[in-house]
Parts: sequence; structure tokens; C-alpha cells
Amino acid sequence: MSKVLARKPAGPVFNLVDADGTADPQLLPPLTERQYIEMYRWMKISREFDRRAVMMQRKGQLGTYPSLEGQEAAQIGSAFALRKEDMMFPTYRENGAAMVHGLPIRQILHYWNGRADHFVKPEGVNVFPVAVPIATQVLHAVGYAMADKFKRQNRATLVYFGDGATSKGDFHEGMNFAGVFRVPVVLFCQNNQYAISVPYHRQTASETIAEKADAYGVESIRVDGNDVLAVYQATKNAVYKAYLGEGPTLIEAVTYRYNSHTTADDHTRYRSSTEVEKWRTGRDPILRFRRFLERQGLWNENQENLLAHEIQTLLDEEIKQMKQCGPSNPLHMFEYSYQDLPLKVEEQRNEFIARRKGGGIECRK
Amino acid sequence: MQEMTMIQAINNALRNALESDPGVLIFGEDVGHNGGVFRATDGLQQQFGEERVFDTPLAESGIVGTAIGMAVNGLKPIAEIQFMGFIYSAFEQIISHAARIRTRSQGSYTVPMVIRAPYGAGIRAPELHSDSSEAFFVHQPGLKVVVPSNPYDAKGLLLAAIEDPDPVLFLEPMKLYRAFKEPVPTEKYTVPLGKAKVMKEGTDISIFSWGAMLPAVRQAVQKAEQEMHIQAQIIDLRTLSPLDEETIIASVQKTGRAVVVHEAPKTAGVGSEIIAIINDKALFHLEAPVARIAGYDVPPPLFQLEDLYIPDADTIRAGIERTMKY
Ligand SMILES: Cc1ncc(C[n+]2csc(CCOP(=O)(O)OP(=O)(O)O)c2C)c(N)n1
Repeated sequence: MSKVLARKPAGPVFNLVDADGTADPQLLPPLTERQYIEMYRWMKISREFDRRAVMMQRKGQLGTYPSLEGQEAAQIGSAFALRKEDMMFPTYRENGAAMVHGLPIRQILHYWNGRADHFVKPEGVNVFPVAVPIATQVLHAVGYAMADKFKRQNRATLVYFGDGATSKGDFHEGMNFAGVFRVPVVLFCQNNQYAISVPYHRQTASETIAEKADAYGVESIRVDGNDVLAVYQATKNAVYKAYLGEGPTLIEAVTYRYNSHTTADDHTRYRSSTEVEKWRTGRDPILRFRRFLERQGLWNENQENLLAHEIQTLLDEEIKQMKQCGPSNPLHMFEYSYQDLPLKVEEQRNEFIARRKGGGIECRK
Repeated sequence: MQEMTMIQAINNALRNALESDPGVLIFGEDVGHNGGVFRATDGLQQQFGEERVFDTPLAESGIVGTAIGMAVNGLKPIAEIQFMGFIYSAFEQIISHAARIRTRSQGSYTVPMVIRAPYGAGIRAPELHSDSSEAFFVHQPGLKVVVPSNPYDAKGLLLAAIEDPDPVLFLEPMKLYRAFKEPVPTEKYTVPLGKAKVMKEGTDISIFSWGAMLPAVRQAVQKAEQEMHIQAQIIDLRTLSPLDEETIIASVQKTGRAVVVHEAPKTAGVGSEIIAIINDKALFHLEAPVARIAGYDVPPPLFQLEDLYIPDADTIRAGIERTMKY
């Protein structure tokens, strides 16, 4: 290729902690010991939650479930950078991020259990309900943040999406609006290398997701998505920038999903086990952060065992509560399509009650 | 002949099409290497190569829009939309372009393409995967809409859709993909578009339906026939646009009573159109108002409630009884 036409090489990947847990103390974010441990705790909860969810799906207790294992650093690091009042727009895969931002674990379970009443906005929890169509939420987040700007509210909105989502028009329209209106939004891409079976290089010919921001006049950063501190720091900076009215940021977190796209597909059809193993053993986000904590003298085997026990108990309780809820109330199907039911829907509802197929109870929390 | 499920019959039809016409291309999300999330395109990339069967970026408007360009330029694209619930971002390409380019150019450009999409509720899929929004598309002139209800028809209708000079939306009821097997010829054959099929003869009442509702319709009819000593005629419409008015009218003229059954929400569903046709052309043959058994006017709920949303054999049977006893 001629020099003139050659492509700009991709910029470096922002990284703070190496695979063996070493880090330059000068560069570390100003977090307390407790915060470090809290981050680690959430990473462990996410992974354990995920493993239990996959198992429950296999036993028919949950519907199709999208696993997050491998993406804990990207999810927890970014969610940790938000204040409670900041808004989060997750996708179906951000169970870890959503729980860090306050969504009750039980409610997440209800969703995957196919309940109609899974998402009733909990007081003070700024997590938007998941919608399945890819990339559509990017525009909602941009609009939500535009409203904050209009209302002079010093808040940031963070929206998650995958590498596949960057192929959709909604992503590009969202980026363009964000750039033009200098919107206080953080666009957070978890580049986990695949959209179901389609690998990154089939999704886009650009070397990175981050570079797509250039065309829209939006700043971007590419971070090591398996380094929770790097993700945290990058997101914190972007969120501050939003508070200061300095506009949007695109963050590309380079990471990997260990399991199939969802419990409904088989990743061995499109990935080699060596590739998966390379990420699992060489770059695991939880292992890396644990080594870091140990090097800092903040963590030991005993604490690890206590934490494991605490998480068991926590998840046992959440799952028990979910199961105690029993089947969903069928009338919820009719209740919320309008505020005031049109006559015809009310008639349909009454007809349904008259024939009453099966019972059910409410389980709003 | 070979015993095939609907998904196997579709795979077989696609293989026949790729074999017999070098201009046929198949593309969409996960259709290449992975063979489709339901395996409709399994093995086709291996057999025909990446130039003819390929994965695209995740972009429905992109998939349909480029398919239009290819069709206009002489190829025979078959685009897959992974689930019908994700077709909406391609709505503009389908409605404003695929369906209108023939009219817009007064026939100098045509769009001979097929869009395949799995659809309908009943497989416990996540939100929005279970939509039955055929009515949005039936309303648009210039586009054909086809829904098979069994493996034999699925293959024949799909091959006819591929040969059709106009754009065809081919909706595949997910619930029937692996529901049963039947003998299907392995060689090419077509089942004509725009022609309904009389699935069962009868003289007392006509039941009009399509796709995934037919197994429930058969069940309901069996029960109703025993209980009421009647003979019902079951008609699988197969093509929703254009509707086979002749078969609809002839049936109502014979039986004098009718029930329309669909899974989609009732309001402005295709059922309304069928009733309007009957009113226009067979009103004086009617002995009772035509009953509509349909989904409720709410978005299809998450899977805990989806079976309560879909019309079942009982509701259909009750509709037949109401109409018979009017
Ligand atoms: C508009 C749309 N098309 C297709 C799908 C089906 N689908 C669900 S997830 C997915 C892949 C998404 O990949 P990516 O955006 O990279 O996110 P990831 O699942 O890897 O987190 C596809 C194709 C969908 N949900 N929405």
C-alpha cells in the first residue's frame, strides 16, 4: 500500500495492572483499600452469579441466558466509576454492572426467569430496563443525557453495548448526536471479540472501535478490558468530563467472553479451545486483580475463603427468594400496555379472567 | 423423498436453489460459518463457499438495503433476519424501497429478493423474539408475504419465493421448525405463491389460519366435530399477501360460517382483512358473524406468560361453537 494511503496504526491500549498483578504505584487511581476490596467482591459476585445462572438455565429454572464470565473487569470497573445518581443503560449481558449500580440481584433473576413484572424501577436505582434489539439503547442514552444537559443537571449517563452493536445505524446516529450536541454521555463498548459467531474482523474493517469516534468529533480511549483499574480510571475520567460539560467519550474495553453467546448456542462451532484457554488462563480479570491485591498486602487465602462463603450465602438467599415468588401473575400481560386500558383491551382482559387459565402471584421486588 | 422437519426442508430448499442458480446468494447474521442460529443454513457455506453464503455485520437495514442493490443488479439474494423482532430497523428498506422500486421505475428496475425470518411465540425466547407482525408488511403493496405451516410447503413455497420476480418476505414459524417430520422430495419443486390450501374438507364451517396456529386449529376442529357433529373445512392461507380471495370466498359460499385464527394481536391483524373480503364478496352467504380468534392487543409477554397469550385449541373450539350456535 502506498504511504499516503496507509492506515494510521491503532493507538496503545490503556493498562495499569499487568497479568502478574504488578502495577506502577504512581499511576494507580486514588482508591481506598476498602474500595479495592469492594471492587474485587463485586467481580467475584458477578462470576458466581453467572455460573449459578448458567446452571439454573440447564435445569430449566431460567430461560436462555447470556453469560458474562470473562467480562467482570469491564463491567465492574466501569460501573464502579459512576455515582449513584448517574444513569446506566445496560444490555442483556451487563448483569454485573447493573448489580453494582444497585439493581437487586433478585430482579435480575426474575428477568431471566421470564417474569412480566421483572422490572419495576426500584427507588433510587438508576438502571434502565434491558431491551434486546441491538444498539437501540445508544440513542436512548444520548437523549437521556441531552435532557440532563438541558435541565442543567450535573449527571453522566453511561451506555453499554457490544462490538456487534457498532455495526448498527443507531450506534452511528448516537455517536453523531453525542458529538454535535456535546452530550454528557459515556459510550462504553465491551469488545468481547464476537457477535454470536461473527468475529470482530467480520464486523468491521477498522482496527479498533475506539477510532470510530474520530469521525464524529468524539474523544475515545481503548482500554484493557480485563484490567479493572484501567477500566475504572478511564471511565472515571470520562464521567468527570461529562459532569464538567465537556462532552461525550467512547470507551472501547478490549475483553473476551469465555462461554457461548447465550446458553442457546455452541461456541465450539466457531472458536478454538486454544483461543478460549489463552484468555481464560493468561488474562483472567479476577485472577489478575487478586494477584494485584495480594501484592499490595490487601488480600490473602483466608479472606478469599471467607468471601467465597459470604457469596454462597448471598446467592443462595437471592435464588431462594426468586423461587418463592412462584409463577407470574397473568394479568400483568394486560396491565401495562397503556396507562388507561382501552375498552377493547379491558374486554379482552375480562374475557381472560372469565376463562382464567392458571394462577399466579405478584412479585414486584 | 426423505422425512424432514421444517428446518431441514428449508435447508434443503436453499441447497437446491444454490445448486441450480449461480446468482443465488445467502447472507445475514451467523448464517455462514455457524449455519444460522436455528441451523437453517447449516453446511451451505462449507458446500458453496464464502462468496455465496456469508456472514454480514450486525445490521438489518444494511442486510436488506444491500440485498435490494444486488437484486436490482441481477442477483438473487436471500437475506436472513435472525428473528422477525429485529426486522424493524430494516422496515424502511422493505417498505420504501424493496416494495416500490418496480413502481418507482415503472418496471425498469425490479427487486427479485427473499427475506427469511423466523417468527412467532412459543419457544420461550427472550423479549421481542416472539413478535408476529406480519400485518405491518401485508399492508404494503408491492411485497409478498408467505408463511408455511409444514415441511413440504416450506420447501416448495421457499423455492417459489426465490423464483418470484418480486420481493418476498418469508416468515418461518419457529415453533414448527422441529415440531414434526413429513416426507419431502429432495429435488426441486415449487408450491405456488398466492394459493391457499384446503387442509381438510368440510361443509359446515370454514376455519382460516396460517403458520404455527394450524396444529391448534386441527386439534380444536377434531374436538368440535365430535362434540357438535359437524364437518369443518380447514384452510391454510400460506400466502398472506396477496391473499387467495377465490379460495376464501368459495369456502364461505359452501359453508356459510367462518372463523379466522391468528397469533398476532387482534386489532388490524390479517384476520380483519379476511373478514372484510368475506363482507365484500360473500356477505349474503353468511349464517353468522365471522369470529376472530387472535392474540390479545398487548405486546407478546416474556416466556412465563407467552403460552397464555397464544390462542389455544380451547379458545379456537369455543369460537367454532359460538359461530355454529349463532
Ligand atoms: C437488531 C438485532 N439484531 C439481531 C439480534 C440477535 N442478536 C442478539 S445478540 C447478538 C450479537 C450481539 O453482539 P454484540 O453487540 O457484540 O454484543 P455481545 O452479545 O457480544 O455482548 C445478535 C445478533 C438482536 N438482538 N438485535
